[in-house]
Amino acid sequence: MAQKRRDLLIDPLVDNNPITLQVLGICSALAVTSSLKVALVMAIAVTFVTAFSSMFISMLRSQIPSSIRIIVQMVIIASLVILVDQILKAYAFEISKTLSVFVGLIITNCIVMGRAEAFAMQNPPIASFLDGIGNGMGYGLILMLVGIIRELFGSGSLFGVTILQTVNNGGWYVPNGLLLLPPSAFFVIGLLIWAFRTWKPAQVEEREFKIQTVEEH
Amino acid sequence: MSDTQTPQAPKGAIARFLAASPDSVGKTIFVAVAICLVASMIVSVAAVSLRPVQEANKLRDKQLNILQVAGVYEPGMDVAKAFANFEPQILELATGAFSDAFDPATFDDAAAADDPELSIALDNDPAAIGRQSKFRTVYLLKDANGALDKVILPIRGYGLWSTLYGFIAIEENGNDIFGLQFYQHGETPGLGAEVDNPKWKALWKGKKLFDENGDLKISVAKSMGAAGPDHHIDALAGATLTSRGVDNLVNFWMGDQGYALFLAKLKAGEL
Repeated sequence: MAQKRRDLLIDPLVDNNPITLQVLGICSALAVTSSLKVALVMAIAVTFVTAFSSMFISMLRSQIPSSIRIIVQMVIIASLVILVDQILKAYAFEISKTLSVFVGLIITNCIVMGRAEAFAMQNPPIASFLDGIGNGMGYGLILMLVGIIRELFGSGSLFGVTILQTVNNGGWYVPNGLLLLPPSAFFVIGLLIWAFRTWKPAQVEEREFKIQTVEEH
Repeated sequence: MSDTQTPQAPKGAIARFLAASPDSVGKTIFVAVAICLVASMIVSVAAVSLRPVQEANKLRDKQLNILQVAGVYEPGMDVAKAFANFEPQILELATGAFSDAFDPATFDDAAAADDPELSIALDNDPAAIGRQSKFRTVYLLKDANGALDKVILPIRGYGLWSTLYGFIAIEENGNDIFGLQFYQHGETPGLGAEVDNPKWKALWKGKKLFDENGDLKISVAKSMGAAGPDHHIDALAGATLTSRGVDNLVNFWMGDQGYALFLAKLKAGEL
């Protein structure tokens, strides 16, 4: 049992990562990774929401009518997200200003819905809670990796602390403006998926169809 | 397996209800209503109980920005205490004079700009703000002798993606800019959001709004116009549209539709 619980937490980090393997939650990974501080708060918020929504849904799983289960899941997830948004506005005002609409968009984050539907509806509350924590951390890990690359080479800083003195502030580093724009996260995440699948070839998906090769004459 | 292991029929109305199939119509409706009730209660309790803290944050953030634009902020200082040195006044834009019609402590600028009674729809609207309030809260900073030192005027206008909200601090002569700062905007990080860059904001200090003939000459542009260095702020590299938005909004608010009358009175020393 202890081993299984550990797996629930560790598995989603690399072997079953929601972003690089399941390719879920990409929108928010594009939007909030231009600075590490924001990415960290977003990761914590998503972990909190995934863990508690999975737990509550799992507690109610035998009572949820299958015809309205998605709506019930959404109501629970949305309430938790509003709770997080209100708490951030009250106690982390600066960060909630930067995150703005993206906190609200956790509601539509596929990872939260995915874990509720795929795991919490079939498993007991504690396992579901750990599964939510694990997936939130897997999401957070990728967010931090992307954030480190984007903030370091895009703004020359990490967590707002200057590492590479930029030209604008009298230094030598010419920042890469592309990295500050959302499309760059596509490239970074794509490269990360490539790296993960080279490291763990088991993650490579089977081809859906074979590319025809020309016969040799 | 023997019969003794089959679960006993549940006793009591609640137990029977919980054990019933969740897919019956009655239970579907019950679960939907119950979940909605519980969720709405949690959300409203959170919203209501956290509101005072949130309002205090917003107010503090605004005061902090006013302190910063006036150049009196130092890290770690008591914002509310320092802000007590600023005197809020309600300014009527059409006359350029202070109005006693409203209490500055309770006047809501955002609500006034939406109120058809208190605002006008703009035809000539370079700052793209839609409606403009007839009254604005402005802040006066006085020096130790009680003489007027600076005025802090709220400004807003559209950049590339978003409306920029900010303050401009002007010296008591009604012409020299002391500083400009935006407290809320959604411009591109690293490009348009460089309006927050201290180096760029420092360019505004000492610039003059009007030339000797009293014409508004201030401009944010990549090349200096005929007006000369006193009236020119270098535009942000890579943020042409945000810079143009800032240029438009500063010209709008300092112009005849904005604070021009008030600034003229300030210049003439009529306050």
